Amino acid sequence: MLKPVKILTKNYDTPDSHKLQVYQSSGGYEAARKALGMTRDQVVDEVKKANLRGRGGAGFPMGVKWGFMPKDGDKPSYLVINADEGEPGTFKDRTLMERDPHRIIEGCIIGCYGVGAHTAYIYVRHELHLSKERLWGAIHEARAQGFLGPKPFGVDYPVDVFVHTGAGAYICGEETALLESLEGSRGEPRLRPPFPAQRGAFGCPTTVNNLESIASCPTILEMGGEQFSKLSSLHKFGDGGCRLYGVSGHVNKPGVYEACIGVTLRELIYDLGGGMPEGTNLLGVIPGGSSCPIIRPDDIVDAPDPKSILHEWHGKPQLDVPIGVDTMRNLGTMAGTTCAIVLSDRACPVLAMHNLARFYRHESCGQCTPCREGTGWMLRILDKIVQGKGSIEELDMLHEIASNIMGNTICAFGEGASMPMLGFLRKFRKEIEDYIRTGGSSSTGRLAL
Amino acid sequence: MGSTMSFALNPEREREMEDIFSRYPNKQAACIPLLHLCQEQQRWVNDDVIAFVAEKCDVPTAHVKGVVTFYSLFNQAPVGEHEIWVCQTLSCALRGADKLLHHCEKRLGIHHGETTKDGKITLRVAECLAACGQAPMIMVDKTYHENLSLERVDEILDALVGK
Ligand SMILES: Cc1cc2nc3c(=O)[nH]c(=O)nc-3n(C[C@H](O)[C@H](O)[C@H](O)COP(=O)(O)O)c2cc1C
Ligand code: FES
Repeated sequence: MLKPVKILTKNYDTPDSHKLQVYQSSGGYEAARKALGMTRDQVVDEVKKANLRGRGGAGFPMGVKWGFMPKDGDKPSYLVINADEGEPGTFKDRTLMERDPHRIIEGCIIGCYGVGAHTAYIYVRHELHLSKERLWGAIHEARAQGFLGPKPFGVDYPVDVFVHTGAGAYICGEETALLESLEGSRGEPRLRPPFPAQRGAFGCPTTVNNLESIASCPTILEMGGEQFSKLSSLHKFGDGGCRLYGVSGHVNKPGVYEACIGVTLRELIYDLGGGMPEGTNLLGVIPGGSSCPIIRPDDIVDAPDPKSILHEWHGKPQLDVPIGVDTMRNLGTMAGTTCAIVLSDRACPVLAMHNLARFYRHESCGQCTPCREGTGWMLRILDKIVQGKGSIEELDMLHEIASNIMGNTICAFGEGASMPMLGFLRKFRKEIEDYIRTGGSSSTGRLAL
Repeated sequence: MGSTMSFALNPEREREMEDIFSRYPNKQAACIPLLHLCQEQQRWVNDDVIAFVAEKCDVPTAHVKGVVTFYSLFNQAPVGEHEIWVCQTLSCALRGADKLLHHCEKRLGIHHGETTKDGKITLRVAECLAACGQAPMIMVDKTYHENLSLERVDEILDALVGK
């Protein structure tokens, strides 16, 4: 069900929305003040009740993650905010940084208190110059007001926030690669365990949260966790609140939109996204960033078992299932970053696959053999297919390579690179085979309209 | 090392370097921000910069080399006065990034990855720059240009090269 709201985005259209004065005039920093008057356990409890599933893609419950952080110990703890925003199709965190940076700083204060840290690093991809500038501006304003520094709101709980930048590597969005990069090294993911909550940044306990996740904290404290969770029609599945949705590709109104969780892909495409360009039909939609397997408009929910969480949508088009972490997972795809890429029938699925294969080949950090070799191999096969020189046997090989990367790498990049390939192969096998057989003349030969 | 180092930051950047070091519990963490700072000054990272950063961060030069070669934004060779990055990833490709790239190549008379003869412009392809809803897009130095038409690209290029 589509319920647009203006919560995270409430200041977006106000002039000078990035300034402290504007943020405070709409109640800004009251939630942080409130949090610092509560006990740490109470804060974590509210966040748990909020059922906020991580907005960075993996959908892990934020409160539970905070609960992993140690209560004592001789090492400092850190909060690290992931604003690497590199997943193709994803462009939501940037809007928060550019248009409401104080919300993020306030979230960092609440987050630091919740995880027992006194320092937060916001890891922003280097290319987002305006975002970095706005964040630094907000940090300086908040420091000048004493909201950051030794005694925020008069409470003896020092908090400082810094912006750290990457240097152009998608893999640094993966949280352990990000920590390596924060420490000044190559962004090569770490083996787990130890998990960041045990040993993260600088060998110390660390929580990594996505930027939108942390920006939701002021609202959670303000409304109360349970009220926040109940905004969502998937509250019953432990998937709470409102969130940012993006839609790009072949729609009339691409952009970032905020709504209560419960939005379906159909609503995202046709209501928020303004529908398909005239004269085109929907070919498929990649629900939440390029790593998520594609869904076709004729895909039907198959959940005859009353115990399945998808049962209430049994027999209906998959496009009409609310986008949630568990609903999408049960459909064999992912909610990811809830930034959808829409393909019309003007776009050739083989060229789309090829585009993504090139991306993953370029971005593999090369540490694990199956990923380093596999992504190269997949691209070479797709290169041949695109040139009209591929064979059906190679298509099977592509499937095998993708399957062999899955589960055999240190980090989830391997899955991220394979799942879209497997998704296209499952959903567009016939179109791809036709392409191979006709040397490409069955295809529109293009991606653009 | 040290005394023969031929790279130095200008005084303003020198101060910024101190500020960078103050943010982290150790010196190594300043490595990437410091490399950016140096690159801003001379547009690329040569061996002198690597030696400079290694000494300041108290790490082996091999470490800094490893970092420089890992991240795509560090220029390991001189580049043009301006850098144009054309995003070519799926959302942009769905909205005409290919055409846009070809247009830039034709206008500038170079392929992507190359620099114009006058040393003014380096043209490059980029992977998703988090502007997918405003596709197609290019980044010129530090500025995003979004929702581009070919006419708009011409205006941007005209302003850069001077007619
Ligand atoms: C290859 C790869 C890239 C990722 N990129 C990002 C990213 O750009 N931003 C982000 O927030 N999370 C990204 N993640 C997810 C992070 O590893 C991590 O789960 C997330 O930052 C945790 O925050 P959350 O629980 O609030 O979502 C990526 C993961 C992988 C495997
Ligand atoms: S695909 Fe070009 S900005 Fe995301």
